Amino acid sequence: MNLITPPAPHIHSGNRVSSMMTKVILALIPAIIAYTWFFGWGLVINTAIAVTTAVASEALMLRLRRRRLAPFLGDGSAILTGMLLAFSIPPLAPWWITVLGAAFALIVGKHLYGGLGYNPFNPAMVGYVMLLISFPREMTAWMHPYILEQLEIGFTDTLGMIFLGHYPYDLSLDALSSATPLDLVKTELGTNNTVSEIMANNALFGDFAGTGWEWVGNWLLLGGVLLIYQRVITWHIPVAILSTLFVIGSFFFLADPDTYPSPLFHIFGGATLIGAFFIATDPVSASTTPRGRIVYGIGIGVLIYVIRTWGGYPDAVAFAVLLMNMAAPTIDYYTQPRVYGHPGGKA
Amino acid sequence: MRRLHQFKGGVVLKGHKKDSTLMPTQPARLPASLVLPLKQHIGSAAEPVVAVGDKVLKGQLIARAGDTISAPLHAPSSGTIRAIANHPVPHPSGLPAPCIFIDSDGEERWRPRQHQIFNFAELRPLELREIIRDAGIVGLGGAGFPAWVKLDPEGREVDTLILNGAECEPYITCDEMLLRERALEVLAGLLMMRHAVQAKHCIIAIENNKPKAVRALAEEIRNTGADVEVVEVPTIYPTGSEKQLIQILTGKEVPSGGLPIDIGMVCHNVGTAYAVYRAVELDQPLISRYVTIAGSVAHARNLEVLIGTPLGNLIEQCGGNRQTLQRVIVGGPMMGVAVHTDAVPAIKTTNCVLVESAMHDVPLPSRDAFSLPCIRCGQCADACPINLLPQQLYWYARAQNYDRVQDYHLFDCIECGCCDYVCPSQIPLVSYYRHAKGKIWEQEEEKRRADRARQRHQFHELRLAREKKERAARHKKKRTPVAKGGDDKKAAIEAAMARVRAKKAAQEVPPKNTTDLTPAQQAKIDAVDAERAKARQATETTPADEET
Ligand code: SF4
Ligand code: SF4
Repeated sequence: MNLITPPAPHIHSGNRVSSMMTKVILALIPAIIAYTWFFGWGLVINTAIAVTTAVASEALMLRLRRRRLAPFLGDGSAILTGMLLAFSIPPLAPWWITVLGAAFALIVGKHLYGGLGYNPFNPAMVGYVMLLISFPREMTAWMHPYILEQLEIGFTDTLGMIFLGHYPYDLSLDALSSATPLDLVKTELGTNNTVSEIMANNALFGDFAGTGWEWVGNWLLLGGVLLIYQRVITWHIPVAILSTLFVIGSFFFLADPDTYPSPLFHIFGGATLIGAFFIATDPVSASTTPRGRIVYGIGIGVLIYVIRTWGGYPDAVAFAVLLMNMAAPTIDYYTQPRVYGHPGGKA
Repeated sequence: MRRLHQFKGGVVLKGHKKDSTLMPTQPARLPASLVLPLKQHIGSAAEPVVAVGDKVLKGQLIARAGDTISAPLHAPSSGTIRAIANHPVPHPSGLPAPCIFIDSDGEERWRPRQHQIFNFAELRPLELREIIRDAGIVGLGGAGFPAWVKLDPEGREVDTLILNGAECEPYITCDEMLLRERALEVLAGLLMMRHAVQAKHCIIAIENNKPKAVRALAEEIRNTGADVEVVEVPTIYPTGSEKQLIQILTGKEVPSGGLPIDIGMVCHNVGTAYAVYRAVELDQPLISRYVTIAGSVAHARNLEVLIGTPLGNLIEQCGGNRQTLQRVIVGGPMMGVAVHTDAVPAIKTTNCVLVESAMHDVPLPSRDAFSLPCIRCGQCADACPINLLPQQLYWYARAQNYDRVQDYHLFDCIECGCCDYVCPSQIPLVSYYRHAKGKIWEQEEEKRRADRARQRHQFHELRLAREKKERAARHKKKRTPVAKGGDDKKAAIEAAMARVRAKKAAQEVPPKNTTDLTPAQQAKIDAVDAERAKARQATETTPADEET
């Protein structure tokens, strides 16, 4: 008789890495649509480039490392890395920027460390930071919302700009691009304007953060809440990041509203929301204990505020996440939960 | 109403319990041959007291308990001992173990009754425990710890005796059916156990997906006026685990490495209570139990099974096809053991036989064969009812870092499988923990052996040194007299020769069968000897006479 004798348990929930990744990807899509609405087709094109490059790089590395292709390519993690990277690249960046970033993220950020599960840093952020340092001009060429719509620049024109560097109306990338609200506040504060003056004088700002950005933020928030509800991520990291930013932001804002923008500006501005719900929650590189995740989130919140306010980069999410990635193993060690039946509980 | 507490984590599982509760429990058919493993419990194996060829009666003792923690074994039916040999048993190792084989004679003849107890309350707790011990009762909920040991509070006060009828694993319904069909007997057994431990309070805990069992029990409690509380607990796996059940009922935690009795609790399974009732009231040792047969069988149901019945017989009786079997799980899908063959017998702890055939008509969604690396998502930690960090345990178990894995409290893991069940990377986490535990035990055993060997070695060295010294001393002593002169030597040889002569002479005296005889007896024997000597002389001479 040849009965099979696998070890217990004999049933499984059917939960898979691929289904988790799929849920994250789906949760990102509303924000991508909103982004496209305000800033044109660039993000869609960049996402396509980044995802293709990421998956190709993953396949290449799996081959080189003699790993099985199907289960690893099917897990969806490379797709997600590509999407997150595309989200952090300016929408009109030339194609090779995106290709370089995605390839770097997968090859160096992920596979040189051992691939899925072994990378200490968030691969998308590794790719992003490499690009930001190497190509600061391209990587800061953000856009004014609606500008493409006003200029009637459609999908094919955008393709042309990204792939061929053909700009319609003899414009240039510099002419089309503008700073992000966070950039602007930072530079203008340097010229002794108050926050309210800056915000009043510039159409870039909406109700409390940037026009367009606020809406993208809303959808990211919604997607993130859905992920928590679906138990793909836990509440600890996003709540810790956002409340830390809110508390520190409020403190400085109340002390000196002319110099410090409101806490909502920090939360809805820049990459905070995508960082809090989609990037810092990357399980592999984040802290894994419940208390550790709170510490990790607070750390990111503090670093975001500090770097934005006093550091050299206007948006600090990537650096904050990478720095806390380094601390994650130590945090985990010191935040082990109290085990059942061990001192500290009710005996 | 008792205020219930919560345990952390756990998983909600689909019950699949309906199929096997539709028909009333039936006795399983008597197999031609019963196979009784000598070790069906935690502790040392039982020792056979019968020999091959012996006739045994139903309920007769066939193996006595080993040393302190063990349980005796009784013949489940009358018949002949065919063999005592190795046979596959339901154990994760898959290794065969010594078993007693009984060929049943089909007569089911009971051994004579050994005790008749009219009122158990008049017995001393110790006497009650002895009856339970001699009936071979072990925990019927799964682990099989000898019941009388757990019923001995060793002088400590027992606040609450908890009867565990939670039965949280999918498919298993034997406790539920027992409660529905034998509520009064279970209640009686519980009261006997309560007397044995002198518990102040008594609770029967049942998951809230078994309303019929709750009703049956509540009714008997009303009828008898017993001071027992029935508590419905939430249906979430693993509520039926002793530690989690205690936490739900009292909010207290059993200390790590400790026992429930350390916090004044004693916890037993409902099946054990029924066995106690039968032992005390009916003088029947533990020779049968309720077993659920579920999965790929035509009629999933519960059977009252004689211990030692091969699983294949049970599967057949429930309309299963033995030819298409693919997996047979003894126990539930979360913690059960997949056995190599259906020739394995049902033992005292077998609560369920879950059958999967090649038809895949039963949804047992297994883990993927290929697991991805751990992505540290922490879902395992969220599900762990012990609040461990399964991902860290896995990490260090895989790295064979056995010190670190113990820092993360490997030995608090109850192997419930919740982490495994939810893991998106489909990692067989529990097998890693079991393997690591086994390795650590092995290392400790080796270390103990090494320690013992070292001690022996040191002792040996010491002895050698001492002997050397002694020899040296003796040599000195010996050398002096021998060197002195030949006279002494001669005398010594003379003495030795004398001793040899004396010995020879003594041997020539005809041996006597007995010593310490009275003078009268001795005289008689002497007379007989003399007669014999005469007779011998006569016979010795006769042939000569004939010749002449
Ligand atoms: S559930 Fe699996 S993948 Fe997630 S942390 Fe635990 S072991 Fe790792
Ligand atoms: S098997 Fe162990 S580690 Fe996994 S959930 Fe159960 S107690 Fe926790």
